[in-house]
Amino acid sequence: MSVGFALLGLLENGPRHGYDLKRSYDKAFGRDRALHYGQVYTTMARLLKNGFVEVESEPGEGPERKRYAITDAGVTDVREWLARPEKPEPYLQSTLYTKVVLALMTGRDAAEVLDTQRAEHLRLMRVLTKRKTEGDFADELICDHALFHLEADLRWLELAAARLDRLATTLRP
Amino acid sequence: MADQPLLAADDVHLSFGETRALQGASLQVYAGEIVALMGPSGSGKSSLLHCLAGILAPDAGSVRYGDRDLAQMTDSCRSALRRGEFGFVFQFGQLVPELTCAENVALPLRLAGTRRREAHRKAAVWLERLEVADVAGKRPGQVSGGQGQRVAVARALVTRPKVIFADEPTGALDSLNGELVLKLLVSAVRETGAAVVLVTHEVRVAAYGDREVVVRDGRIRERELAR
Amino acid sequence: MSVTPRRWLFELALGARMSVAGGGAGWVRLSLIAAGVGLGVAVLLGAATVPAALGASNARIDTRVIETSHDLPAADDTLLTGHVTTTYEGTSISGELLRPEGSHPPLPPGVSRLPGPGQMVASPALARMLAEPGSGLLRERWDAEVVGVIGAEGLSGPAELFFYLGTDKLSPPGAGRIDEFGTSGAHEAVPMAVLLILAGMVVLLIPVLVFMAGAVRFGDRTRNRRLAALRLAGSDIAMTRRIAAGETLIGALLGLLVGGLLWAGGILLAHRYGTGPLSFYPADLRPVPLLAAAIVVAVPVAAVLVTLTAMRRVVAEPLGVTRMSTPTRRRFWWRLLPSALGIVLLWPLFEGGSSGVEFQIAGGMALLLIGVALLLPWLVEAVVDRLRGGSPAWELAVRRLQLDSGTAVRAVSGIAVSVAGVLAMQGLVTGIESQVTEPSTTAAVRYDAEIFPETTLPTGVWARALAATPGVREVTEGRHLSVALDPGDPVAMEQLRNTAAGLDPQAYVWTTNNDAARNALAGLRDTLLAGTTALLLLIGASMIINIAEQLRERRRALAVLAAFGTPHRTLRASILYQVTVPVALGMLLAITVGTGLAAMLQLAVSAPLRVDWLGIGTTSGIGVLVVLGTTAAGLPLLRSLTSPGNLRTE
Ligand SMILES: Nc1ncnc2c1ncn2[C@@H]1O[C@H](COP(=O)(O)OP(=O)(O)O)[C@@H](O)[C@H]1O
Ligand SMILES: [Mg+2]
Repeated sequence: MSVGFALLGLLENGPRHGYDLKRSYDKAFGRDRALHYGQVYTTMARLLKNGFVEVESEPGEGPERKRYAITDAGVTDVREWLARPEKPEPYLQSTLYTKVVLALMTGRDAAEVLDTQRAEHLRLMRVLTKRKTEGDFADELICDHALFHLEADLRWLELAAARLDRLATTLRP
Repeated sequence: MADQPLLAADDVHLSFGETRALQGASLQVYAGEIVALMGPSGSGKSSLLHCLAGILAPDAGSVRYGDRDLAQMTDSCRSALRRGEFGFVFQFGQLVPELTCAENVALPLRLAGTRRREAHRKAAVWLERLEVADVAGKRPGQVSGGQGQRVAVARALVTRPKVIFADEPTGALDSLNGELVLKLLVSAVRETGAAVVLVTHEVRVAAYGDREVVVRDGRIRERELAR
Repeated sequence: MSVTPRRWLFELALGARMSVAGGGAGWVRLSLIAAGVGLGVAVLLGAATVPAALGASNARIDTRVIETSHDLPAADDTLLTGHVTTTYEGTSISGELLRPEGSHPPLPPGVSRLPGPGQMVASPALARMLAEPGSGLLRERWDAEVVGVIGAEGLSGPAELFFYLGTDKLSPPGAGRIDEFGTSGAHEAVPMAVLLILAGMVVLLIPVLVFMAGAVRFGDRTRNRRLAALRLAGSDIAMTRRIAAGETLIGALLGLLVGGLLWAGGILLAHRYGTGPLSFYPADLRPVPLLAAAIVVAVPVAAVLVTLTAMRRVVAEPLGVTRMSTPTRRRFWWRLLPSALGIVLLWPLFEGGSSGVEFQIAGGMALLLIGVALLLPWLVEAVVDRLRGGSPAWELAVRRLQLDSGTAVRAVSGIAVSVAGVLAMQGLVTGIESQVTEPSTTAAVRYDAEIFPETTLPTGVWARALAATPGVREVTEGRHLSVALDPGDPVAMEQLRNTAAGLDPQAYVWTTNNDAARNALAGLRDTLLAGTTALLLLIGASMIINIAEQLRERRRALAVLAAFGTPHRTLRASILYQVTVPVALGMLLAITVGTGLAAMLQLAVSAPLRVDWLGIGTTSGIGVLVVLGTTAAGLPLLRSLTSPGNLRTE
């Protein structure tokens, strides 16, 4: 899901060939899971269909002659995605990571992403805390488990925020 | 919830020499709500809390409590306000080491002129409420960190204040003790109706609040959520 | 094994470095230690000097002592002598009348030629006094020409007022015959004077020692924390001890230096301003070498020992200082031992005598005073533990003292001991004074002077001559002559003395207001009071340090108190109480012991018992000043410590 937004976001810095896109993606997000070419082209095809990208063809043969550029609708879509908090649930980190890095690469305020997400997390955490204080022993244990996981996510986000400067220098071209 | 905030900081600026701790912070606290002040270390949370409590005077901007401007009050009026209407819990080291725990809790009442016997009776009630009645006769140096913090909470609540200022109240405690302190604090203020300004950098602690406010670089990034 | 001494040296040096590493506070602490130890060393050196100086001056006086013998027949080498004492404007002057009976009379020490009739050989100080333009009345007294000065070998000290007067009027039995000056026999001590001097030394010495013992513990808590940190960092017990010893040692050595300088200054002052029997030649003022060596060695050793005892808990337990646990209770019985022993030693006083046991009595006094220093911590603890309730300020102060009264008391014991000592001395001096100035109760008319002639001159001649003296109102003849003077004539007494000296230089003029004795006693009292005041100032300074240290230690608690709205007034009052309680208890103990001791000393000189309310008032007043001064000095610090900045947790 987030691959599409990531590729879209990468285009915000200028039109690119599919091959370039894959390389940039792998460098920024593909720590343990590099993208297949096929995945790039199917995703781009979907984005093209939805009107978020357009193709600038260069003279010549083959797929390498296609350059993708982001449309205004695409930019709006990325912005909305970044501003929308993820539903708090465990194992979100790849999506959150993508968001933070993308925000940085596209010159947006990553702290904003963090604050948005924290607010969303806290909303759930407050509910859990309330349930915990009102509930019985079993409720307490279960809620605590969820709370600690949510907290871990946010702690990681905080850390990421604190390292924004360092991230920025390594990621910006 | 009343429309008028109980406590309101408006465009508050504060500097320590070169360091600009607050650069235009605004915040409203309504009666009976628990506001968590979050933000990275050094962002100005404690400074804002001190300004709200009238401990520090802002360089610019105003802090209003009800319809009174704290800056317009004399120092002794502000002291009296802090004695009577505010309560404080800090991270550690706030109990007077020479006094017993019971005497520590009774102290704000006694400072406000309550007779010794009456003050100690009320102190005993609060110590009981915070489950530390057994350490009443001990000095702070002889009790554990968690017990000490609960004694401090009892001391903050004993005057039945309108606002409680808590600056990292669980910062020096382990999770279990921290939770216990918070649970007792929250259930007590829900009962007395006091508002709480709770400075913390832990989300699990902030989750005990009604809403959170993020301080960054001496400014507020508030995302007030509908309650 | 040559590594070990080098390691030790390193550790001592580390301690020395750490003692000044605290920046300004470290230096203040070091200079206070140096001042305290220095004061102690100076007084100790003084105490070691006095016996030597008295010995030297007594040895010279021994060579001029006149021991007359009734068996001695007149011969070519004999001399008739008569002792003269007089008073001029409150200072005593003494001398000998000399009349050679042949051509080879003995020469007194320091005199190269016997004065002829009407001639005088005077001590340099007396010669100067006689030459002063305002001393006409003194010159008239003997109307003699000063033909020479007495050399140092014949005088007790440079300021002694002494003379040899040649005469041809002297004849037995009024005169004594000698064929040589000097004695081989031992000096006869004057019990009262010895007792006074010994008591005075004890009174000054003991508080100084108490203060010194406290001084090396200035800044104890800061240092203990530092050492506990060292322990945590892995230094073993012996190492920590050596480091602490190094810290103290530097203060003690500086103190020795300061003490030496103070002592030298004192010597110069004594030489310059010493009067009468208390004047000495610089050469006399050498401390007894063995005692001086003992001081130089013992003071640093004692300082280190005090430090090591004080820190034994810290050494045993690296975390000892971070956690305030209930301190062990002070035990009463052994603290009572010195006082009890002191009272036993003072027992002869109750039997009504002090001669022959002066040293025992001085020892008893010393023990009683040390007893005050030992009893005070117990007393304060016992009283404070029973205190309850009161205002919040009082509660804060009392609880603070309950938690740790040691530091406060340590400073106060110096005050208590010196006040007790001063009261005892004052009582003694007042007692003697009241004896000396007891007015003649039998006479119907109040006479100002009584004259006891030594010659056989008829009293009628005396009466006529005295009556003709300007300023004399009335003369009554009896076994002696009683004279009333014109109160409006300021020089009447001196004129009377001149007439008496003219008729009979040896005649004893007894005045009902005994100026000389009174002045000497007043001088003693002033000296004592000045010494005590200086000591109290120093102790006050040390109390300020102590309060400052306590306040700093509690900065966080103070800032929190201020944050939750504690009025400043309450905090100020709590500091005031905190200083007042130990001082008040100390003064109470001091006044009790001091007045009791004074009563005993008054018994010893069989003076009427008298409570020295003036002394009590003065010393209590000083106590109040110390309390207020210390509190006032702590207030600015309090203000800065209650600022919200101290709420910060970093
Ligand atoms: N008393 C003080 N003196 C100097 N600087 C201070 C003082 N108090 C706070 N500061 C500075 O002001 C800034 C904000 O501090 P603070 O309000 O304590 O932050 P927080 O509580 O969010 O960690 C920090 O840079 C801090 O160093
Ligand atoms: Mg803070």
